[in-house]
Parts: sequence; C-alpha cells; structure tokens
Amino acid sequence: MQNRLKVLRAERDWTQAQLAAELDVSRQTVNAIEKGKFDPSLPLAFKASRLFGMSIEEIFQYDE
Amino acid sequence: MNDTTNDAVSLQGRTRRNTIRLAWWTGAWLVTMATAVFGPLIAWESKVISLGAILVNVAAGIGMIVANKQHLDGLDELQRKIQLEAMAIALGVGLVAGLAYSTLDVANVIAGDAEISFLVILISLTYIGGVLIGRRKYA
Repeated sequence: MQNRLKVLRAERDWTQAQLAAELDVSRQTVNAIEKGKFDPSLPLAFKASRLFGMSIEEIFQYDE
Repeated sequence: MNDTTNDAVSLQGRTRRNTIRLAWWTGAWLVTMATAVFGPLIAWESKVISLGAILVNVAAGIGMIVANKQHLDGLDELQRKIQLEAMAIALGVGLVAGLAYSTLDVANVIAGDAEISFLVILISLTYIGGVLIGRRKYA
C-alpha cells in the first residue's frame, strides 16, 4: 500500500514526532508507515484522514 | 474506564507507566519465587509456610500477567505487532526446543536431568531477539 503521509506532513512542516503525537502512535510507527513497511489499521487511517481533513483514499492508495 | 484513562494519556506517558507497573510486578514475582525456593532451605521447615509462599508467588505471577496484558494494550499497533511476533517466536521455540530437550532426557541421550531454567532462559533470549529483529525490520 502506498501513502502520501510524508508529503502531507512536509506540507504542514511537521516532524515525524509531531505527527506521531497527533495520531497517538510512536515516531517509529509514523516512519514505518511513510516508508511503506507497515500498513496502518482502519482506525488509524481514519484518524489520519480526520487530521488532514481528507478522505482515506486521498492519503492511502492500495497497490493493485 | 481503564481504556478511557489510557486514551487520555500520551503514548509515551502511558508506555512509561505500564512499563514501570510491569517491572514492579515482575520484580515481585522474582522475589516471591526466590523466597519460595530458598525459604525452605534457609529459613523454615514447615510445609504450610512453603505452601503459603508458593501461593503468594502464584498471586504475584497473576499480577505480572495482568500487567503484561495492560502493557500490550497500551502500546500502539506497530509496537504491539512487534511484541506479538516476538512472543509467537518465543512460544514456538519454547515448545519445540522444550519438548526436544525433555525427550533427550527421557531417552537418556543427555547425562543429567532436563532443567526448566534452561528453557526459561531460551524463551527469554528468543523473545529479546525477536523484539530486536522486529524493531530493526520496521525501522
């Protein structure tokens, strides 16, 4: 699964630690999601979509 | 209610609090285990006191299990995944190696008796290795 988390975070000039605090996860988790090493759960994806004010599909794209 | 309280605290604070609680319970379990094992050797001869010491040890063990579950519940989803994968590997290695070790004893392939402490050490080292590998994998 691909995602635009890193781009969206950079647009807001947030660090991984700041985004992690907003999502209530560890910085390592944000890093792993950004690198595509870990796919977030649906609740975490919803949390991110609410935080960025976008739909889940605009942030996360499933690889066909 | 507990989950609500957990949500109100940051992940870092929650993890620190749960880790300290787990460390206390683990320490209590170890101390009561040592008391139950060495007490009859150096402090008392009564079987009733030994039974009491073992029951206290089991109670501390239950507290440790609950604290470990709370610790897991307080982690974020990636941390939990790493922990669960490490525990799965440790459980598998413990089961396979433990039964193989026991069979070696039963079949008289090894000279002495199979000691459960070796199995505990193996499970612990496997778990620590699993956590380290998991952290590296998702770094």
